[in-house]
Amino acid sequence: MAGKTISEKILSAKSGRDARAGDVVVCEVDLALGTDASGPMAIDYFEAMGGAGVRDPHRVVFAFDHYAPAPSIATSRFHQRVREFAAAHGIGVWDVGQGIGHQLIVESGRAAPGSLVVGADSHAVTYGALNCFATGIGSSDLAAIMICGQVWLRVPETIQVALTGRLQEGVYAKDAALSLARQLGAGGATYQALEFGGPALATMDLEERLVLSNFAVEMGAKNGIFPADSRTFAYLEGRAGAAFSPVAPDADASYARQITLSLDELIPQVALPHEVDRVVPVTEAAGTPVHMVYLGTCTGGRVTDFHQALAVLRAGGRVAPGVQLVVTPASRSVLDALVRDGSLAEFLAFGAAVVTPGCGSCCGTCGAIPGDQVNVISTANRNFKGRMGNGNAFIYLASPASCAAAAVRGAIADPREFRR
Amino acid sequence: MTALRLEGRARVFGDDVNTDYIIASRRKRESLDPVVLRQYLFEEIDPRFARSVEPGDLIVAGRNFGCGSAMEVAATVVLGAGIRAVLAASFSRTYFRNAVNNGLLPIPCDTSRIGEGDHLVIEPGAGEGSPLAIRDVTTGETVIAAALPDIMVDILAAGGLVPYFRLHGGFRV
Repeated sequence: MAGKTISEKILSAKSGRDARAGDVVVCEVDLALGTDASGPMAIDYFEAMGGAGVRDPHRVVFAFDHYAPAPSIATSRFHQRVREFAAAHGIGVWDVGQGIGHQLIVESGRAAPGSLVVGADSHAVTYGALNCFATGIGSSDLAAIMICGQVWLRVPETIQVALTGRLQEGVYAKDAALSLARQLGAGGATYQALEFGGPALATMDLEERLVLSNFAVEMGAKNGIFPADSRTFAYLEGRAGAAFSPVAPDADASYARQITLSLDELIPQVALPHEVDRVVPVTEAAGTPVHMVYLGTCTGGRVTDFHQALAVLRAGGRVAPGVQLVVTPASRSVLDALVRDGSLAEFLAFGAAVVTPGCGSCCGTCGAIPGDQVNVISTANRNFKGRMGNGNAFIYLASPASCAAAAVRGAIADPREFRR
Repeated sequence: MTALRLEGRARVFGDDVNTDYIIASRRKRESLDPVVLRQYLFEEIDPRFARSVEPGDLIVAGRNFGCGSAMEVAATVVLGAGIRAVLAASFSRTYFRNAVNNGLLPIPCDTSRIGEGDHLVIEPGAGEGSPLAIRDVTTGETVIAAALPDIMVDILAAGGLVPYFRLHGGFRV
């Protein structure tokens, strides 16, 4: 019998069965996230299912990130409903201003290697960077988990993604993620796992891995998982509460296919409106006018992202007239770090509008909504028509450095032109 | 499931229809009621759809239907418009699950030759447990659907995850 992939091993451990690709297994869930967008419906389903108690309230957490702060009466009521439910059942809540649920799960060390963590939000795949089996579910599945602590999953076939070489100056994990999206296509990994490996892992810090795992769902993948190594353990040092069990793939594991992403050859990439896999080198999009620059989200809203953007703004010395720069830290602790090291003051000096930590403008549910015929360049993961709340705007996706380069020029530009 | 027979008009979409196109996130922040949300169904890609949809219509799409956000209103709003099944070359996994959990029938099949407005008849194929057959009365062609995993068949047979849980109290595989 062939060996197992990381996903097969974790789902075997969580189901108590010899789980192989294609099997349907019922798994114990280590942690499940609900947001203010998915939580209210989950509570509706929970009640309709006849849910009396939550089996293990410590394995559920809510984050108020989609409507932060609440932009309407209806969204305030969603918050009230989830707060009351959580208090009644002893479930923790990350309230408005704490940040994006995915970032908070990672920062708090609750995404432990070898665990199964699900979220009622598609970007729950983000925690795969920490060697978790992490995937998105709907509100009804979350309700079922609250009742019985379990989820059924089809064990995915795995695409092995070998990362080789190292990122050149001015090129970032986001460029690698966009390049992978172009290579695989928006549905190229549907129902499958992405398992990252290869010699380049040794050069990639955890925040870079989070970007690749986060993007896995944009190719339809069920999860995007990394092995655990010294960088994983260094990140978890002082964060992880419980003991954890890192999981490595067997040398003779069976893969659906294997692809290689050579980081050496990569240059900055941009996704054009309105598809995440409509990706071109930044040089081909250069000169496209930009009116709004969005720095934030669960893809590009961490401390290093803001530092990379700021380095380009400093080198450029300005934000071009007519460009609106919006800064939305992924979490309160990211915001605090930017305050402490002076970055936030610099962004403010550049005229940035700073928005409450959370999902912000990314899905058009709060924050700054772009106007008609406005070109936005964003560090986010989705550029669907209407995604940021206006179907008459055009969204480009790029790295924080490329977004900052566009802010300086007022047009899409190659961040490598701003090397110091 | 065996008694299932659906008949209706094909409403055709392309590949990679994401959930924000089915229902915009900015709409669900004001209401989760499918009856309210149905007036915005597909507004970003087909602004006339919501006014022209009729109960019994069938959504027909290409690859990767329901990609993007896992928001479950993207399944309930379709049911709210009186649509009981979505036929697609493939589904995003979260949409697939959410559809089944709400009793919306996802039908993975070759949709490439089904045209807008075609009259479709969906029934179980011959023989016990055989996959669904989709007959396009307009063109005279028939395609056979891919089978769903047993657990999805069971959840659909119960009418969705809510009645399934009321019946079983947990998952039975």
